Amino acid sequence: MATAIPSSAAEQFFLERFGLGPALLEPIVGGAIARRADYADLYFEFRTAQSLSLEEGIVKTASTHIAQGVGVRVVAGDKTGYAYSDDVTVESVRLAARTAEAIAAETNAQRAVAVRETGPGHDLYALARAPIETALADKVDLLNRIDIAARRHDPRIKNVLASIGVEQKLVLIVTSGGLVVGDVQPLVRLSVTCIAEDGGSRQHGSYGGGGRVEFGFLLEGDRYLRFTRAAADQAVRNLQAVDAPAGTMTVVLGPGWPGILLHEAIGHGLEGDFNRKKVSAFSELLGKPVASPLCTVIDDGTLRNRRGSLNVDDEGTPTGRTVLIEKGILRGYLQDRLNARLMGMPLTGNGRRESFAHIPMPRMTNTFMLAGDSTADEIIRSVDRGLYAGYFGGGQVDITNGKFVFSANEAYLIEGGHITRPVKGATLIGNGPDVLKRIGMVGNDLQLDEGIGTCGKDGQSVPVGVGLPTIRVDGLTVGGTQTAA
Amino acid sequence: MSGQALEELAQDLLRAATRDGATAADVLVAEGDTLDVGVRLGEIEKIKQARQKHLGLRVFVHERSAISSSADFSRESLARLSRDTCDLARVIAPDPFSGLPDRDELATPVPDLDLYDPDVEAFTVERAIAMAREAEQAAFDSDRRISNSEGASCSADTGRLVYASTLGFVGTYQTSHVSLSVVPVAAADGAMQRDYWYSTQRKLSRLEHPAAIGRKAAARALRRLHARRVPTCDVPVIFDPETAASLLHHLAAAVSGHALYKRTSFLLGKLGQRIAPEWVTVVDDGTITGGLGSKPFDGEGVATRRTSVIEHGTLASYLFDTYSARKLHGRSTGNAARSIGEAPRVAPTNLVLQAGTTSPADIIRSVRRGLYVTELIGFGVNPVTGDYSRGAVGQWIENGECVHPVEEITIAGNLLAMYDNIEVIGNDLEQRHAVASPTVKVARMTVAGH
Repeated sequence: MATAIPSSAAEQFFLERFGLGPALLEPIVGGAIARRADYADLYFEFRTAQSLSLEEGIVKTASTHIAQGVGVRVVAGDKTGYAYSDDVTVESVRLAARTAEAIAAETNAQRAVAVRETGPGHDLYALARAPIETALADKVDLLNRIDIAARRHDPRIKNVLASIGVEQKLVLIVTSGGLVVGDVQPLVRLSVTCIAEDGGSRQHGSYGGGGRVEFGFLLEGDRYLRFTRAAADQAVRNLQAVDAPAGTMTVVLGPGWPGILLHEAIGHGLEGDFNRKKVSAFSELLGKPVASPLCTVIDDGTLRNRRGSLNVDDEGTPTGRTVLIEKGILRGYLQDRLNARLMGMPLTGNGRRESFAHIPMPRMTNTFMLAGDSTADEIIRSVDRGLYAGYFGGGQVDITNGKFVFSANEAYLIEGGHITRPVKGATLIGNGPDVLKRIGMVGNDLQLDEGIGTCGKDGQSVPVGVGLPTIRVDGLTVGGTQTAA
Repeated sequence: MSGQALEELAQDLLRAATRDGATAADVLVAEGDTLDVGVRLGEIEKIKQARQKHLGLRVFVHERSAISSSADFSRESLARLSRDTCDLARVIAPDPFSGLPDRDELATPVPDLDLYDPDVEAFTVERAIAMAREAEQAAFDSDRRISNSEGASCSADTGRLVYASTLGFVGTYQTSHVSLSVVPVAAADGAMQRDYWYSTQRKLSRLEHPAAIGRKAAARALRRLHARRVPTCDVPVIFDPETAASLLHHLAAAVSGHALYKRTSFLLGKLGQRIAPEWVTVVDDGTITGGLGSKPFDGEGVATRRTSVIEHGTLASYLFDTYSARKLHGRSTGNAARSIGEAPRVAPTNLVLQAGTTSPADIIRSVRRGLYVTELIGFGVNPVTGDYSRGAVGQWIENGECVHPVEEITIAGNLLAMYDNIEVIGNDLEQRHAVASPTVKVARMTVAGH
């Protein structure tokens, strides 16, 4: 009954290494469903991770990690029983299944109708050579080149902290609906932080990127050099930065990574679980205007080789492209199986989990706004006095009252239609259901981020992407210290 | 596995590493049981149960080091792990500061700090469900404006940790944690607010009563209803104990030996200088019996101790692990924190700002116009400069009284100035967490609003 999928490499792996195949596993999940549950699944994971880091001019540490395990989930109504084990054997799967089953059976949940299994899979990141297989010496060499390049780029760069993280995750998902799906998920990330010193003052700048790509991606077109210089420039520029303004003003967000605005301001608020429970500031706003008509926002897990992309989500559902906001109107939520079923809505392929030890939840993949008509230059020229923010650190949201923050690491004043002085980093704060209504201009320069984002929710971290064209927000609170501005 | 079996496993792995060419090595093995229950609107939402094990190996081949981890404890797998880790070390640059601690720093004998409670091990799913239900119900019962809930969760974890190194050190200890939290949602006039309260302890008997947790969470959510913004201004800011603890986390990050040798700390070069008023004292103490942040030895087997970080306003000590201590010509302070398979970091154990004598109510009364902060969001702290800018939630104070809740504002300043401008410290210290603070009043910060 296995659904046709592009990568059977993962299935082959689990069969060969652990002797676990569909014939053995399907009866186990079948057993759970036969009793009181609506749905059950097994999630097998074998993850190899490697990291190397450089500081003070030398690659000081390297590490490798091997994690393996199986998570067994039994769902009855809105109740989830979950058990996991790091022993990948049929016996431990049976034991975990019994535990999970007993948990779900303790409750007398109403039965719900099964959702239909969705469409065909994709093959978004088949690589000739996985980044984990690249020789360590090549990775060490790249880090050393980054150190030299950063120091050469500007003599004020006094220290460089750079790291390469690589992983290869093999998953096998077996569901009570008869689905058996495997996937091989490569991931690589390069992070560069530069410390600049000049006289008594010190600053830092960070940049990086990657994706579900070969290691060579970092070298293509000297991408690693671009990341290195961006980190170095940010550090050096911050040495000159004046205090950021405080108060509500017009803010222009540059393209790419500032798309974290979408992730925080609306993305989390549109996750199915919060809306089913009616604890989101966006609850019951489907079909209603939540943004300026200039805004169309998409979550797309099918973008080739992106950090936030997946062939199938962690419940075996093929990822998709979900229109969240269309010309300002709220169109959709992001769903996992449990919440889609309980809300009577379609699966969107957004059921994700950090590892076999975690219960899936609705999560974003790559979240971005479609391009508009204005040029970046027109947008900046339209602002007499405001802030231009080009690069950000992290963000956070309170999904219930909708208030979100995100912190600019690189920002400038806009004075008389021109970008002028760099200002120190500051936190920007706004209200999710309101902020997109204040978008006055949308640029024609959509960019996706470089592939560095990690999203945390309820203690689970997953890789994500964001994207944005240059936009103008007419009124966002900037948390600087300069009140007299 | 028994403690003895885990110790033998660790020692076998050290022998294998030595055979494979390691000149020194250490092993960390952790094994634990976890139970996590979620209840929402009185109904069970999730029950999660598992037993997990994990080990980490660090090898030194002369001055080169590498680290690895695995959950597969089979003989063949560990033999491979040892070989691969030694091979990995050989591609790494030599670092003369790397290595194990000095023998005389090790925690021999290993003290018993009473970190484990058999009642937590015996804790049942049924009991966890009952406590979570009681906490959530108490929140609903306390006010009819508590209209919804993100649920209550109750979790219990027990574990055993073994550390062994080629210095001949082998130590084992058991830990337990139990916690109960609830997140009610209050609604009025079409607007919703959520807040939380929790209790976490090593001993089941010391957990706050479920109904008390529920009522406190409800009160916290209710006091946020009808929140509004305030104009941009410079005013005194009072941090409640929960948010004041975050100022100690920033301090801990800045006194970490790693941040100092990397030159990424705003406290670089400040040792021995006055950085706060002379009545401010901050102590890190890993030896407190039953303490949430206590441990008998750190992630390198070094004995934990009591270290005054700020003593009468003066920056008295940084916190070190072995590596950062050697880099900066100091001695380890027993603050090596270690996740399995990670290089040691520096982290505080029980880090506490010593209580003052003023009640929180009197601190609020001392403010003519200002902000009482109860929640902070975002990551707007620059560790290199101390520049500080975070989203805040709280109560607006006029003439010594909280007059209305505030939200969608930021508070900004610089941590050096904030520590220096601490004006009053409350008498309300409770060690609810490993890092704990009483109420703190900072004389002046910038509030950005409308």
